[in-house]
Amino acid sequence: MKDLIWLIPLVPLAGFLINGLVYLLSHRTKGVPHGHEAAEDGHGEAHAVPAVAGSHPPTGHGHAEAHPVIPFKALHTAVGVGSVGLACLLAFGAIFDVGLKALAAGESVTRVLYRWIPLGVNQAVGQIPGGVGEWVVDAAFRLDALSALMLAFVTFVGFLIHVYSVGYMGHEEGYGRYFAYLNLFMFAMLVLVLGANFLMLFVGWEGVGLCSYLLIGYYYEKKFAADAGKKAFVVNRIGDFGFLLGIFGVFALFGTLDFATVFGAAAANPAAYAPYMTILCLLLFVGACGKSAQFPLHVWLPDAMAGPTPVSALIHAATMVTAGVYMVARCNVFFRLAPHAMLVVAVVGAFTALFAATIGIAQNDIKKVLAYSTVSQLGYMFLACGVGAFAEGMFHVTTHAFFKACLFLGSGSVIHALAGEQDIRRMGGLAARIPTTYRTFLVATLTIAGVPGLAAFFSKDAIKAAVFHAEFEAVPWMPKLLYAVALFTAGLTAFYMFRLLGLTFWGRFRGTPQEESHIHESPRSMTVPLVVLAVLSVVSGWVGIPVVHGGNRIGEFLKSIRVPIAGHEEKAHHASLTVEFALMGAAVAVAAIGMYLAWAWYVKGEGRTPARLAVEWPGVYRAVSNKYFVDEAYETVFVRGLALDGGRVLWEVDATVVDLIPNGASAATKAISWVAAIFDQYVVDGLVNGVANALQGLFGVFRKAQTGRVQNYALVMGGGLFCLVAVYLLFR
Amino acid sequence: MTVTINHYLIASLLLFSIGFFGVLARRNFLIILMSIELMLNAVNLNLIAFSRRLSDLTGQVFSVFVITIAAGEAAIGLALTISLFRQRKTLNVEEADTMRG
Repeated sequence: MKDLIWLIPLVPLAGFLINGLVYLLSHRTKGVPHGHEAAEDGHGEAHAVPAVAGSHPPTGHGHAEAHPVIPFKALHTAVGVGSVGLACLLAFGAIFDVGLKALAAGESVTRVLYRWIPLGVNQAVGQIPGGVGEWVVDAAFRLDALSALMLAFVTFVGFLIHVYSVGYMGHEEGYGRYFAYLNLFMFAMLVLVLGANFLMLFVGWEGVGLCSYLLIGYYYEKKFAADAGKKAFVVNRIGDFGFLLGIFGVFALFGTLDFATVFGAAAANPAAYAPYMTILCLLLFVGACGKSAQFPLHVWLPDAMAGPTPVSALIHAATMVTAGVYMVARCNVFFRLAPHAMLVVAVVGAFTALFAATIGIAQNDIKKVLAYSTVSQLGYMFLACGVGAFAEGMFHVTTHAFFKACLFLGSGSVIHALAGEQDIRRMGGLAARIPTTYRTFLVATLTIAGVPGLAAFFSKDAIKAAVFHAEFEAVPWMPKLLYAVALFTAGLTAFYMFRLLGLTFWGRFRGTPQEESHIHESPRSMTVPLVVLAVLSVVSGWVGIPVVHGGNRIGEFLKSIRVPIAGHEEKAHHASLTVEFALMGAAVAVAAIGMYLAWAWYVKGEGRTPARLAVEWPGVYRAVSNKYFVDEAYETVFVRGLALDGGRVLWEVDATVVDLIPNGASAATKAISWVAAIFDQYVVDGLVNGVANALQGLFGVFRKAQTGRVQNYALVMGGGLFCLVAVYLLFR
Repeated sequence: MTVTINHYLIASLLLFSIGFFGVLARRNFLIILMSIELMLNAVNLNLIAFSRRLSDLTGQVFSVFVITIAAGEAAIGLALTISLFRQRKTLNVEEADTMRG
């Protein structure tokens, strides 16, 4: 069975080919596959909601017409779900064939398909000891402890979400297209996970990016969905640029991209490679930031919610976005050689965790809350990697895959029940109406909030403990600060998740009576995956129980991914039981406070306290609910293309920045409330606009170069090439 | 006088420069395509000259590949030409500057 690991990605690929071809052929006669001409202009997938056949009349909704007949639906279902199910069976077969014990002991299976890039011997490489000196890249798959863990949950959660999609997408015109893309995604993700070298990883990395783009823009007739897809693609390009440079760096340094060789060489010869590692790790981390939506490249993930909800669950919560964490964990040898890069990873992770959690508090779209929650949890995982707790980070990746998939699918079920409504202000009191969804959502919410005994309690506790015990030589006080941020974020997580739960399921229904009459539980194909995921979000943490001897099985399992570095002593922290329990107690207390506040404010107080706070601190509220204006700043600086001319820019800078001084002075003589108002208007807005305008002026020069005429670009390229060659010839 | 590799290289260089100049300076999309074709053939000449000089067939094989790619490039280029003309009623590339910043 373990010789068949190359089949695991290929089965979904076959599914993609069959589904895609059948869909293309069956839609050729009809011309352009016409979507629903739904008029909703709301956010999210307003018409994504399939009605259960015959269970309610879908009137007063985007698709009042009869459900379209989907040609070859049974075939699409069988191929789409079956191929992923088969891949899942193959994956588990392979894992158990190798054996969990053997994997934990560091055994790996590599299967070379063919030699992909045979560049031959290169003299330039190999000056650094350990370099291979032969430039070759194989198309090869590799199964070891790390990829086994990813493989297990990717295929299993993927299979569940495919099953769920059968119910959720059942009445979509593009049913076959949807399953074709989803299968293609599974193929790419499995290549990413199983790839035995950086290039295979990159192929999968780009493949999942493409599928993400295709599936976000699934409702391509809607402009916001198409735009969101493009945004995800473009933002990911920025990350991939860094990642690609990192891969080039690895190739140049080691002469090969094979994981085992590269990490072995680096670990055996740390002194020779360490000087290059900081820049290399930072480049790789840029890639991870893009894929895993870390600040400042996080902007695409919330917009990605324009795709169908199962896609959000599979791609933008459980699997693809964790690829960055996987990659950093995979490269742990590099990162351990680069303490400064580790510090950057930890700080970016912690900042993103806090930043996204605060935004999540003020979102009103059920999927947006979950999206920011995902960004925040990904920040947690990077924080873990940044303090060297790679196994703990991967543990959280795994538990997160289960409970976040459960939350997203649950939100899909809610949206389904409400015929497309995504605004939690128009929900409420759904607990009794859709009990299965409610129970699973409740379990997953309790999990993410950190209730003791459930999965995320253990994984988040492991991360927090690792952060607490971490050491940074350059900044000794940093671990304590990071710990405080992580703890506070945990409280925020509990708060916004209970706000979401309370507003959605508790209290009274806040929509129209007509909407209320439509509420119905989802079909079996949707509730069964929910129940399975809910069970998993309880039990998946039990493999990582701290303190108890032999309880941390996941840590033992992943021990082999830390290749020992020559000359580096592994400092295992042996904290006293008191400290462990104190940390746990703090986490539980913070989570309890968050949950209680959310309940008191949003359920018992029906949102009066938050409304009052929003009125009292309008600046803060505006900044948070507008996601700190990050999108607007990007829009102004990078997107709108610096549309103002020079004089106007100077005027703007004058009006906002220079006039701040006289305005501030005059305001200071007035009442203190005036100062607050000016502060809000000029510092909050002015800072954003001022920075944007300043950059606008700066980049106006570059704008001139964008003539839009390809010939000019070719001329500049030719000139540049000429100069480079001239310099090379003159000074070589 | 004997024809050495230098003659071929100079001819190739001239051909390439003419093509490159055409790509940069001409305004007609069709002419630009033809100039690109010229450059590709200059490269072919270069490859074959070296292939002969070094007695290594790789260069010739490579030039066959280049010819194949050139055929595909021509097909796509002509399709683009038609598409451009249908949209703009002109083949002047100076007018196709909607990507201007």
